[in-house]
Amino acid sequence: MTSKIKFVHGNEACVRGALYAGVNFFAGYPITPSTEIAEILSQKLPEQGDKFIQMEDEIASMCAIIGASLTGHKVMTATSGPGFSLKQEALGYACMAEIPCVIVNVQRGGPSTGNPTHVSQGDVNQARWGTHGDHSIIALTASNHQDIFETTVNAFNFAETYRTPVILLFDETICHMREKLIIPRKNDIPIVNRFRTSLKKHVDYHPYLPREDGRLPMSDFGDVHRYNVTGLFHDMWGFPSNNPKIVQELLHHINDKIENSIHEITKYKEHYLENAEYILISYGSSARSAIHMAKNRTQRGEKIGVLELQSLWPFPHALVREKCSKAKAVLVVEMNMGQILNQVKLALGDSKNVFLANRIDGNLITPTNIKALLRVIQGRGV
Amino acid sequence: MKRTRLVFSGSGGQGVITAGIILAEAAVIYENMNATQTQTYGAAARGGATKTDVIISDSKIYFPEVVQPNILVCLTQDSYNNFASIIRPGGILLTDLRFVKTIKKIDAKQIELPMYENVIKQINKKVVFNICMLGALIGITRLLKPSSIIKVLKKRISKDFIDINKKALDMGIKMGREFKK
Repeated sequence: MTSKIKFVHGNEACVRGALYAGVNFFAGYPITPSTEIAEILSQKLPEQGDKFIQMEDEIASMCAIIGASLTGHKVMTATSGPGFSLKQEALGYACMAEIPCVIVNVQRGGPSTGNPTHVSQGDVNQARWGTHGDHSIIALTASNHQDIFETTVNAFNFAETYRTPVILLFDETICHMREKLIIPRKNDIPIVNRFRTSLKKHVDYHPYLPREDGRLPMSDFGDVHRYNVTGLFHDMWGFPSNNPKIVQELLHHINDKIENSIHEITKYKEHYLENAEYILISYGSSARSAIHMAKNRTQRGEKIGVLELQSLWPFPHALVREKCSKAKAVLVVEMNMGQILNQVKLALGDSKNVFLANRIDGNLITPTNIKALLRVIQGRGV
Repeated sequence: MKRTRLVFSGSGGQGVITAGIILAEAAVIYENMNATQTQTYGAAARGGATKTDVIISDSKIYFPEVVQPNILVCLTQDSYNNFASIIRPGGILLTDLRFVKTIKKIDAKQIELPMYENVIKQINKKVVFNICMLGALIGITRLLKPSSIIKVLKKRISKDFIDINKKALDMGIKMGREFKK
């Protein structure tokens, strides 16, 4: 039993989740604060006979995992803001060519090389719109190591289910902090494996012809079927097309498959939310401060709850609307200039009671920071 | 609810962060507690100020940083000067006689022990200074069982070094307990 309890940092929790989900190919380029993910996998993957490649840069890393995924592997890369910028072009390719892959972004201060050893949550919008063109994306996050583990498994499951890149938006604080992790037993968390075509050799395989349920069975590249993969709009064979009908249908398809599944993708937690007059919306390490503060104030009889988001994209507008309908005020607690704040305002329509409780100096926002802002909003002074 | 907040501070290479990790790991894996460990993160492997925050609790820990430690350990004069004032009133401040000259009057139990000197005299390997400090801490506070620390040491350290680590731990525990009397 003891061997199942670990004391690890968040990057290791992510690695253990990835291994549980069945990752068998990693290509990356080390960057603080995500380096430990590459470091640990550089040992674990070769030990189990799988590939770890340290590439020449982040662009090549992203391209390598796309290629490896096409051949049937479960793939992952890990980076931070500057590397995530470099990956955007290939990320768009993976959206367009519908290639399952998991990209970890352990956020640090930006823009540019920014504040390498300090925390930030400034890449939320980059995860959504970093690559060009209309596309949809899944981005998940977590505030503790048990959730990092489970969220990482979910990321692989969503990547396979929806044939899409999935972004794990963690942050420096959570990934360098150590805490308890209990490794779930095999089968405790369901695993989604590659959905492969049943078509035999010499039978026509249409890589981009969705079945009635919208899913696209894959065929391992280099195995029995020959097909084309491109970043251009393409027909059911995977060959380029600018036929307006095909272009429109494909764009609808890559957006709808994710947006229509928002209920399956959305993950969140409620803390003291029932009858809460003031609601804090938070995610990642800042959610820890929000929960800490809400717990303390609740024990003193105040009605403060936390809606902790574990999936940021597609953004759960309907959920936020439902949970916050009776709140006197909503505070969005995040470490950026209000990236999720804007989505919350969009969700609630009336934004005069929506406030930003942020910190952007590279330090973790504290419960005291949040409490001070809340007191001002309540008209009680700091 | 039992919750202990600790800060270990010193300079890079003294092993304060390693000591924090060992203590927290022992609490989580062998004493069924919750613990978090965070640290200043930078290029301080050899020199430069380092600090680690450890929280050990029987309930869930959310905010992982320590604002006011119950237990503060300072292994350099700089860290003492910087952090002595953050200690929780009535807390314990542990310093090493060779590296720190205590000057301030603070509302805490100040404990100065010749940990470094004894490590050099009896073991002559300064690498186990941090383990001696952990021993002293446990001797004073009885925060965890010594056997839990030894189990973690056995897991993390190659067996050639276990004996000197155990010796350093025992030495610290003895110093800590004696001080209590």
